[in-house]
Amino acid sequence: MTDAAAIAGPKVNIVSRVAAGRAGPVAAVSLVILALWYLGAIYMNAQMQIDRFEREETAWSAGDLVSATLSQERPLLPAPHQILVEMKKTIIDTKITSKRSLVFHSWVTLSSTLLGFAIGTVLGIFLAVGIVHVKALEKSLMPWVISSQTIPILAIAPMIVVVLGAIGLKGLIPKAIISTYLCFFPVTIGMVKGLRSPDPLQMDLMHTYNANQWQTFWLLRWPSSLPFLFTSLKVAIAISLVGAIVGELPTGAQAGLGARLLAGSYYGQTIQIWSALVTAALLAASMVALVGMIEKQLLRRMGARP
Amino acid sequence: MIARLDKWCVAAAVLGLTALLFPPVAGGRWTDGPEFLGAAVLLVALSGFFAWKGVTAFWHSATLVLLVIAATAISLGFIHAIGDGMTTGSGFWLFNLALWAVAWRGIDGIAAFRSTNPRWQRLANLFVPAAFGLWMIYLWEIAVVGFGVPQVLLPAPGMIGDRFMGSLDILWEDFQQTFMKAVLAGYIMGCGSGFLVAILVDRVPFLQRGLLPLGNLVSALPIVGVAPIMVMWFGFDWQSKAAVVVIMTFFPMLVNTVTGLTASGVLERELLRSYAASYWQTLFKLRLPAAMPFIFNALKINSTLALIGAIVAEFFGTPIVGMGFRISTEVGRMNVDMVWAEIVVAALAGSAFYGVVSLGERAITFWHPSFRERR
Repeated sequence: MTDAAAIAGPKVNIVSRVAAGRAGPVAAVSLVILALWYLGAIYMNAQMQIDRFEREETAWSAGDLVSATLSQERPLLPAPHQILVEMKKTIIDTKITSKRSLVFHSWVTLSSTLLGFAIGTVLGIFLAVGIVHVKALEKSLMPWVISSQTIPILAIAPMIVVVLGAIGLKGLIPKAIISTYLCFFPVTIGMVKGLRSPDPLQMDLMHTYNANQWQTFWLLRWPSSLPFLFTSLKVAIAISLVGAIVGELPTGAQAGLGARLLAGSYYGQTIQIWSALVTAALLAASMVALVGMIEKQLLRRMGARP
Repeated sequence: MIARLDKWCVAAAVLGLTALLFPPVAGGRWTDGPEFLGAAVLLVALSGFFAWKGVTAFWHSATLVLLVIAATAISLGFIHAIGDGMTTGSGFWLFNLALWAVAWRGIDGIAAFRSTNPRWQRLANLFVPAAFGLWMIYLWEIAVVGFGVPQVLLPAPGMIGDRFMGSLDILWEDFQQTFMKAVLAGYIMGCGSGFLVAILVDRVPFLQRGLLPLGNLVSALPIVGVAPIMVMWFGFDWQSKAAVVVIMTFFPMLVNTVTGLTASGVLERELLRSYAASYWQTLFKLRLPAAMPFIFNALKINSTLALIGAIVAEFFGTPIVGMGFRISTEVGRMNVDMVWAEIVVAALAGSAFYGVVSLGERAITFWHPSFRERR
């Protein structure tokens, strides 16, 4: 809150109250971005539209130009409402089983995302448990876990899909493998940190109880690592979706959001590309939000204060 | 004195002895390859000796590691020498299982190595992961050659190495196109603009509250998806790839810098205020240095993101050069060894890039607790 607002005291007007919160600024910035988007759409599509007008030798005014640029069939930058209309058409108006339905494609992507996420999480947790408990594993494996991520796996994802396809593994599994590879890293790093997070005092207490390693793990290490796990899971699920989408790029554009992207780019269907992108964004945001909600519920049950 | 036998060495000795009972090559005999037989006998003898003596001193582990190095070299020569028509027998695999036990014991011993001399300690710390990596490559090689995995599926490391050395000029051209042009240009522009916008956001609290949640949201989104759009806008050459990299690197930099700028302590800020320091003086003398760990965090995240973005963007259209282009075309032609050579380049470039940023971090944020000498 600024000094001026503080001095104003009880007479705080509605403007500064909205500006002080978070929803107000976010809404304002979003509106500005939306406005910029429209201006950008008009600006970027104008040249093509002017060319078309001249080819058709029609007289045009500024108003005509604006309305025409916002309703092109294959614009350089589609306007937000065009994307929304396309999304409504492909999500609500189309039958789910149809190949034109975005729900169908989203489900294809989502299923491999979730499978990869599940495997990656389990693998990541097991690796972390090994690293925390076995000295030689920590020394030999940990540097490789870290350097495994400097390899741009996403970039070679298509190759993995094609090669696995050559031995008959098709569809869900290859994409899930890529997601797994991307997922396990944040989980391992977070869990190693989390499993080590109990302080020495608590570890000593377990020791005085004569607790064995197993009991120490389940009663102390595991519960105290959960906040770290969920922070990692939020990163992991977002990155898992990216892996699944990129994994779909080389499958010959059959199904999935990535395939929609590729098909759209082949045929210059910009509105299709953008609607697939926005759907992917919504999917990512809602999955992260879902993990966040589960975290809140679970941690509250375990007695964490909000 | 036979209080406790070393179980890994016992396992190695038993496995090694069992290995001698089975043929190393299907239908062959151990006596056909005297070197390999020698390696196996040495393995059994040494692991038997250490099973009885126990692996306690450093030189015990060192001896075991030397044994493993020699044995792997001989076994590689052996597996490449056997003809195409013949396949490896169970004796060979039992031998390698025994070798694995010995290698684990040796590395375990060296991982426990403690020295007061930090240089030796660092060398030992470096050796353990390196040995682990080499061991993995060895397993990969013998598995591919020994089981006769088709080359299309997974080429042996040796073959990838040959291809790598044989096509250095192509790899270098691709590297220049993708890394030197697209990645570096995009990385510098993306990180630079993210940094500048962060300073702007920091000056305007309204923007900070409005833009930051959106920035956090965007960093969870699959941004690589904009690649086809960028290719449409900026053409096939490196400019479109750089644009993808700019978008991918912008938001992590923005979010991290803004967070970092709030990292300086209240006490320090009050001090500068009492000095009547201006905004810019406070920024350059206190808040930016305090933000450096966060900024370097973003730089490190971005170093891998940038390479990914550039390569993925190349799948959507390129001139006939570039790492992503090479990967997608060579996969189509089933030249998997070339693809793997390109992956090696990408891995080396990614690790080197990350390493350079880490070195910069070490030099600039040397004061940070995470760099203090651990005792």
